[in-house]
Amino acid sequence: MNKERLIQWLLLLIALSAISVLALITLFIFKEGLPIMVKIGATDFILGRRWSPGKGAFGILPMLMGSLWVTGGALLLGVPLGLAVAIFATDFAPPYLSTAIRPAIQLLAGIPSVIYGFIGLTVLVPWIRSHLGGPGLSVLAGAIILGIMILPNIISISEDAIRAVPKEYRDGALALGATHWQTIWMVVLPAARSGIIASIILGMGRAIGETMAVIMVVGNAVKVPHSILDPTRTLTSNIGIEMGYASGEHRQALFATGIVLFVLIMLLNTAASIISQRRGR
Amino acid sequence: MRVDPRTTQRIAKGLVWAAALLTLAILLFIIVYILWQGLPMVSVGFLTRNPTRMGRSGGIFPTIVGTIALAAVAVLIATPLGLGTAIYLTEYTRESAVTRAIRFGTECLAGVPSIIFGLFGFVFFVIYLRLGWSILSGGLTLACMILPTIVRASEEAIRAVPRPYREVSFALGATRWQMVTTAVLPSAVPGIVTGIVLGIGRSVGETAAVILTAGSSLRLPTSLFSPVRTMAVHFYILAREGISMEMAYGTGAMLIVTILLLNVVVNWLIGRLIARR
Repeated sequence: MNKERLIQWLLLLIALSAISVLALITLFIFKEGLPIMVKIGATDFILGRRWSPGKGAFGILPMLMGSLWVTGGALLLGVPLGLAVAIFATDFAPPYLSTAIRPAIQLLAGIPSVIYGFIGLTVLVPWIRSHLGGPGLSVLAGAIILGIMILPNIISISEDAIRAVPKEYRDGALALGATHWQTIWMVVLPAARSGIIASIILGMGRAIGETMAVIMVVGNAVKVPHSILDPTRTLTSNIGIEMGYASGEHRQALFATGIVLFVLIMLLNTAASIISQRRGR
Repeated sequence: MRVDPRTTQRIAKGLVWAAALLTLAILLFIIVYILWQGLPMVSVGFLTRNPTRMGRSGGIFPTIVGTIALAAVAVLIATPLGLGTAIYLTEYTRESAVTRAIRFGTECLAGVPSIIFGLFGFVFFVIYLRLGWSILSGGLTLACMILPTIVRASEEAIRAVPRPYREVSFALGATRWQMVTTAVLPSAVPGIVTGIVLGIGRSVGETAAVILTAGSSLRLPTSLFSPVRTMAVHFYILAREGISMEMAYGTGAMLIVTILLLNVVVNWLIGRLIARR
């Protein structure tokens, strides 16, 4: 075999590394977590309300609800804000600001999640405790911190989608007498819809998967929250907190929590990928 | 009642401006707050001494070494893999089911949460491959995590190299590999380095995946098999276990300074990329 063909095969092998890692992750997470899930029964595990590892009770419904509450709150705050910033960057920013937005968003994305968690713990949690009541460590604190953390995802992908809308669309609307804002609201945003939805789904994935920042601000109590001021525990914080000392079935149950999280994220990724491919067509 | 479109526009414009200013204000607040509280703690001694009493006093030297060691291992492993993938996708194949699968796999990997990487690194590297809690386990886990970043940046950089470079190279009788190494890669360097620097940034800031794979030992590492604690993990432990808020602020400030420096490098590189075009 000549050198060129050897290189080609070698490169193909290397190119398969990302898929191989993904396959290994799937294999090992399932290998560790599936036995306990089968033993308890998938529905009892996912819909079980009691989590007390000492007594062998493993139900993750409270954590699932916690993740949904916190993520829902994050989207409620992060999506409108992020979308508005994207519109600002494409349509309203004066030149001196439009060049500053991209690096700023990039920096926001680069700030470690422990820093966000720390700000939440030292600034946001005490503020909520003294102004809104409750323990401070709460769904609300998690939602606000995650809402900020998903901004970069929402802004950068929505901005690209808005910029990709053909100029003719805008010109047409303006020629019909629409104002600049009417053009954005009635023509540009609907045309950029699939990109914006993809950005929201990816932001959702980021929010569900975030661990350290959430651990630091949500209080981690195992119960279904009744108000946004109640503390809660998410799927990720369940793993992050207990992994340090878990063993045996307890550890398996944490890996099973990982399976639920992993499957959720894969579904979201696939959905985002399908939606942005449809846009490409 | 019908609202005048111009009034709507004025209100919308105001809201959009408010959103942008709020976002910039949040960013500025985070950075200034941490630096304001933390920088007074930072001194030569803080950076070069070992921590004493679990981190209540002393410095953070071992965690700086740990951070650099983990990021170095991650980058050294992820760069050849990521760059190789990018070269294969751009220069060695046409769009096909295989490339679509590779792209999809890379995208999915980018979306996997860091705690899942932590679980995986723990069962695979720490236990199954018996590497223990070590620089190697942590570095390999981080390498898996930053692989998509490097693939994406390299692919973009390689695609941006003008076609004539390749044609001239072939016309001069170069083989494909010679064309890639002599004509394409040199022009793609700034973009590839951007990917690497972004990968370093993610490695430096990562906590969940590192704490489960590299351990949290405060001792100075002696080999690739030593457990380490990174700055981010140290910061997390100090703050969460309430060991010392002053030391946490100091460590946090160093994290922010590192991330700021890496961002300056990235922007400088992107500036060079744009200037070249």
